[in-house]
Amino acid sequence: MKKGLIFVTALCILFGLYPGAISAGGYPEKGGTLPPVILPVPENHAHKAYLSLSGGKTFVFKDIKAKVLMVEIFSMYCPHCQVEAPAVNRLYQKIEADPHLKQNIRLIGIGVGNSAFEVNTFRKKYAIPFPLFPDPDFKIYSALGKVRTPFFIGIKSENKGMERIFLVHLGGFGSVDEFLQRIAQESGLDESMKNGEN
Amino acid sequence: MKRLLLLLLPGWLMVLLLTAVVYGQSAAFKENIYDPGILKPVDSQLKVSVGDMSPDFTLPSVFGEPVTLSSFRTKKNVVLSFVPAAWTPVCSDQWPGYNIAQELFAQNDAVLLGISVDNIPTLFAWTNQMGKLWFPVLSDFWPHGAVAKRYGVLRSDGVSERALFIIDKKGIIRYINVNDINKRPPLEDLMKALGKLQ
Repeated sequence: MKKGLIFVTALCILFGLYPGAISAGGYPEKGGTLPPVILPVPENHAHKAYLSLSGGKTFVFKDIKAKVLMVEIFSMYCPHCQVEAPAVNRLYQKIEADPHLKQNIRLIGIGVGNSAFEVNTFRKKYAIPFPLFPDPDFKIYSALGKVRTPFFIGIKSENKGMERIFLVHLGGFGSVDEFLQRIAQESGLDESMKNGEN
Repeated sequence: MKRLLLLLLPGWLMVLLLTAVVYGQSAAFKENIYDPGILKPVDSQLKVSVGDMSPDFTLPSVFGEPVTLSSFRTKKNVVLSFVPAAWTPVCSDQWPGYNIAQELFAQNDAVLLGISVDNIPTLFAWTNQMGKLWFPVLSDFWPHGAVAKRYGVLRSDGVSERALFIIDKKGIIRYINVNDINKRPPLEDLMKALGKLQ
């Protein structure tokens, strides 16, 4: 019987299904942290500069030199993501139009189950100005808790870099102004602005 | 030990089942998507080959007017996109993706015909959740799956395969992809095949 248990446990480990492995990809929660997500450094120079990445082939969120990172989990194949795309573009433009927010917030998208070609199709269709990354084999999607799309995760920088989740939102966010206000408030950027910090 | 094993095994098997199904699900469909789990990748035998004249058909469309395949002859290349069933995970994303790729089809002088074995009312309700589709969605409901059967993509449980056919302006089949039913075919593969027609 002991052999049987060892066999079953070995099978589960083999398929990456040991319960301990599942918790790493739990649903993102406010106050929690995300498992490490490795992304390719963008070839586009403007995107590379936007994320303040100097070199290398890959990066993690902690490499981004900003106080706040908004991550949109989307799919080219998701109707709500398509409907939401112009609003997300407006969110980006509002951030870029405000010197304080521009300095402190970065916005990226991760296309779950999308190849680079599919992400580019989405980018071209909606003229998306911020960096988008493909996740063709659903690895990031699985690591981030298999959320439905679109899903927004706000992460803020703490002592060890970009890691603390301060906001999660499923679906369209409605008013761009209200969502931006929520980002500023919940991340603490509002307070730093009042205190005259950059 | 035996009791411990019996206690752990169902849990692990449940984890196996839940985590085996990996797909990005749009929030557009809320909780209305039925998950059939992992299915046999292909469960039919093709009855046509590349180079064959395409079997002609006329099917009712959610747009109202029936559509006849041969009506596109000498005018347009045709992509037939068979999807297994309405309100299921991968199918509910595939056509919304094609919906933002109209330009790519147009660049290749191609029209897209979506086909499912569901009836018109079901297809009407389902495709309404996808936004306004630019391509006709055809019902191969009655005689049940007759067109899918003629092409050799009707599965033993009465739904069709997730299959793509490209038919040129002469009516000749130029590309066939009977995809793993559990996965979405990459858009670039289809576009690459369409590009070869030029």
